[in-house]
Amino acid sequence: MKTENQKAWFFVLPVLALVAFNALIPMMTVVNYSVQETFGDNVFFWQGLDWFQQILRSDRFHAALGRQFMFTFLILIIEVPLGIAIALSMPRKGFWVPVCLVLMALPMLIPWNVVGAMWNIFTLPDIGLLGYFLNHVLGISYDMTQDPVAAWVTIVTMDVWHWTSLVVLLSYAGLVSIPDAYYQAAKIDGASNWAVFRFIQLPKMKTVLTIAILLRFMDSFNIYTEPFVLTGGGPGNSTTLLSIDLVKIALGQFDLGPAAAMSLIYFAITLLVSWLFYTLMTKDDLN
Amino acid sequence: MQKRSIVPIVYILFLMLPIYWLVAMSFKTTNEILAGFSLFPQTFTLDNYKTIFTDPSWYWGYINSIAYVSINTVISIAVALPAAYAFSRYRFLGDKQLFFWLLTNRMAPAAVFALPFFQLYSAVELFDTHLAVALAHCLFNIPLAVWILEGFMGGVPKELDETAFVDGYSFPRFFATIFIPSIKAGVGVAAFFCFMFSWVELLLAKTLTAVAAKPIAATMTKTASSAGYELGLLAAAGTLTIIPGAIVIWFVRNYIAKGFAMGRV
Repeated sequence: MKTENQKAWFFVLPVLALVAFNALIPMMTVVNYSVQETFGDNVFFWQGLDWFQQILRSDRFHAALGRQFMFTFLILIIEVPLGIAIALSMPRKGFWVPVCLVLMALPMLIPWNVVGAMWNIFTLPDIGLLGYFLNHVLGISYDMTQDPVAAWVTIVTMDVWHWTSLVVLLSYAGLVSIPDAYYQAAKIDGASNWAVFRFIQLPKMKTVLTIAILLRFMDSFNIYTEPFVLTGGGPGNSTTLLSIDLVKIALGQFDLGPAAAMSLIYFAITLLVSWLFYTLMTKDDLN
Repeated sequence: MQKRSIVPIVYILFLMLPIYWLVAMSFKTTNEILAGFSLFPQTFTLDNYKTIFTDPSWYWGYINSIAYVSINTVISIAVALPAAYAFSRYRFLGDKQLFFWLLTNRMAPAAVFALPFFQLYSAVELFDTHLAVALAHCLFNIPLAVWILEGFMGGVPKELDETAFVDGYSFPRFFATIFIPSIKAGVGVAAFFCFMFSWVELLLAKTLTAVAAKPIAATMTKTASSAGYELGLLAAAGTLTIIPGAIVIWFVRNYIAKGFAMGRV
């Protein structure tokens, strides 16, 4: 299939140079901080792996990590099935297809802090559309600055609003690539809707779904701006996800050593889980 | 068929509600917003927009954002094209490892890199330039562009390359005049994603700029501090940030529908 050619490296070099510049140098800086202590004035002391031990044993980190996994789990469990369901019910051709796609993609093109600000004014209890509706029309007491449950429901709803379309677009692309002949064959065999989904549509969507799930995992695990603008991590620490906690330590308290150690642990976890997803989902392709 | 279309309609309505609220608020005066709930603007005003279009510190934010996003998209696609070709056509030492390593750069939380990026770009004296933000965004956009383009290139039969070489095409001429046009849709989709992720990212963009290249999204935060909390102005600025994205997606709408389908499916 593919021919062996070491000269192909030359094609990859520009990419390698640019990404390495942006990835390796800052990463080395982080590694550097993570094993040292500083009291300002650019004076550093060797600290060994103390910061790593401190972070791994701290309750604060465990709590933030727990919230992060909870958030990402909710996001995947809601957005992936919902996205597939919406893609399945979309028209396959005609005037409405581009209209649907453009409208659905719109939330993804809004800067992340605008998304946060937008949901903030949308959910204000007395003057926001959603807040007013819940409090004064339905009579449900709702104030996400006071109630941790309301804050969680809001950040999860915001993310569903923001990113479900990515799953829809990718699944839809997989669906439209299925030739009509497949459906006709299924019809002749008398296949049920479920069977069509399970044996024709799902396998065809597999590669794009892998991309969608991986992207959703990485981005929801690293999420920072939107919940920070919306809730600021509150009330209390109830919506302080990993990135928010990290920035608090790094820039709020300026504890560079612990922040750097935490960054590396954080990155390692993301890497490990992504690798697991990637291997599991592409296992069949390799055989 | 008719019953099924309920699902996308409800979904789109759900998507449009917060956007409607943002747009409606941008036409209200701050007094009206704070006075209480109103579904439509009672005293329709364009003052919020007038402020943005007459104050350089506002409209320069837009120019800056569009500048670095465009530079980033061009750089990302230009370097990703040959790399994606290499990954899709050849086997070479360490190709799989390199591909996965590229993807890992999308996994690094931007919050991790904020401070080191500031130091790095200050050291190379690019701090507060459009190029700094454009280059920094390459970190996550190049891997994505390579990933998408490689998928599209895999769908082009290898015979195309071979026939062209037999016909006496040199590699650069083949690449520019035959190969790239045959994956037009892929280039469109990749450019769209690069534009999108660079346009919406704020943390790095804000860290790497001070005055001269400050993005619009960062300019918005000043409404919260300097002049109290001017919700109307904030809403108008927010509304304006949606427009470039909407224009771009309108241009690639057909590529998105058909384009993805040719890719990694």
